[in-house]
Amino acid sequence: MDNTYILDILRARLPQATLAADEFRGDLRVTVRREDLLDLARLLRDDPDLGFNYLENLCGVDYLGREPRFEVVYNVLSLASGQRICLKVGAPEDDPRVPSLTGVWPTANYHEREAYDLLGIVFDGHPALSRILMPDDWVGHPLRKDHPLGDEEVAFTFNQDRIYAHKPFAKK
Amino acid sequence: MAQTFHVPAPQEITGPALAGKTDTMVLNMGPHHPSTHGVLRLVLELDGETVLNVAPDIGFLHTGIEKTMESKTYQKAVVLTDRMDYLAPLSNNLCYALAIEKLMQVEVPERAQVVRVMLTELQRVSSHLVWLATHALDLAAMSVFLYAFREREQILDLFEMVSGARMMTSYFRVGGLAYPLPADFLPTAAACIESLGPRIDEYEDLLTNNPLWLERTVDVGVIDAEAAVAYGLSGANLRASGVNYDVRTMTPYSGYETYTFDVPLGRNGDTFDRYQVRMAEMRESLKIARQAWQRLGELGPGPIMTDDRKVAPPPKEEITHSMESLIHHFKLWTEGYKPPRGDVYVSVESPRGALGCYLVSDGSPKPWRVHFRAPSFVNLQGLAHMARGRLVADLIALTASLDPVLGEVDR
Repeated sequence: MDNTYILDILRARLPQATLAADEFRGDLRVTVRREDLLDLARLLRDDPDLGFNYLENLCGVDYLGREPRFEVVYNVLSLASGQRICLKVGAPEDDPRVPSLTGVWPTANYHEREAYDLLGIVFDGHPALSRILMPDDWVGHPLRKDHPLGDEEVAFTFNQDRIYAHKPFAKK
Repeated sequence: MAQTFHVPAPQEITGPALAGKTDTMVLNMGPHHPSTHGVLRLVLELDGETVLNVAPDIGFLHTGIEKTMESKTYQKAVVLTDRMDYLAPLSNNLCYALAIEKLMQVEVPERAQVVRVMLTELQRVSSHLVWLATHALDLAAMSVFLYAFREREQILDLFEMVSGARMMTSYFRVGGLAYPLPADFLPTAAACIESLGPRIDEYEDLLTNNPLWLERTVDVGVIDAEAAVAYGLSGANLRASGVNYDVRTMTPYSGYETYTFDVPLGRNGDTFDRYQVRMAEMRESLKIARQAWQRLGELGPGPIMTDDRKVAPPPKEEITHSMESLIHHFKLWTEGYKPPRGDVYVSVESPRGALGCYLVSDGSPKPWRVHFRAPSFVNLQGLAHMARGRLVADLIALTASLDPVLGEVDR
């Protein structure tokens, strides 16, 4: 099983799903239409010729200034053959939604929560999409490129009233 | 009946309790609890002493390493990788270096590759020793803790010898190693490797047939192969369920395909199997380290860094003679190097499992995005599946057997 063989199968079974495909440093990467992601993931997992049963990595990337702005990357592995494939799905800035793959690979759960927490990408169909690394009352998504970088004054007893007055949660 | 796989979030347990559900008890464990191996908070739903559900609440150690890396040059970000999995900094260094080397197509000299293999394998032993020590301590076997830390110190001495630091080594750099090996490294390493084998036998004598140990670990926290794959477990946790996935053999890197070693597998996926797999892994690691040691002797002295001056700094003595070297040196330490545009993913076998690095370069000297696939983070997803229906005391045993490092979970 090599990269062209996999790509041929994908193109034959779901011709409309694959928007682009390339090979970079020996890795196969496929850009998938957002509407077809779920079908393609099921095909990858269940097709006896493919057998991509192990979702190793999932992460979001913010390409600020490019359209679509967000991209979710899935690195999937077939434990039977050792073959890897990388899926990419774009999501525009005004509608950063991607279907959740927790129903296909349950391990996507934490990864998707992390991408939601840090990049604000919403995964439709996720059972409990909530913040995972940042505090629950955090405002914004820190891995976005337009999230302000800056220092934060440390609050002590003598200055905490002044500092807290500038915090987003004080306005609620 | 087909299994269902669900990873609960803390709100799923606390929500109904706050709304007035009183037939079960909700108990908070951690974040400051000695048996959670760091700042891990577990929200438990209990019926008497039986665990009905458990949800890990993480993020207490989140330091934004991935964000910080975006504002540092590739070279400067190496030190941040140490601080994720602080029990296996060399594996983290290796993963990050391999990602950039793959992107820039840098050739690493063979001697450097052999040293990398040898040190990461010793790192695996030292990390497993900490796991064994704390696991045994959680189950009240105090002496194993003291012995294992004594042996670990020998390995840390080796790391200090090569890099100057016991833990935050930052020894593997893009293109090779940070410094050459000191002259007395090989004899010291040989003594260390040879002394560890019999020590591991001693720990096995203490634990493997100990009725108390068996009582606490056999059939505790069982996860079968199907569930382990579904939850994305990796490393010893996955192999204890009988799934043969080791990155070193599945997609070899750094020349692992040229070493002879076995991948130990378990059968039942219980806490005892995870224990046995890790114990066997330590022996295999010593086997690899011994082969690497032999190769280092055969290779003799040689370069430990690529001679590609666009990536690796020139040797100090060259700078005083060569104008070009001086320019390279200046460019490397002020601007850094610029990998081509593109994105790569590599994964290595860290002591905790498959550690991955997804790297996006926009052609500038700073990474556009770095993401680490932290094995501990993913392994925690299997916790609820293993703990349901067991006692609270078993939860302690199986949390320890998952071997999470919270610095890596939260990054």
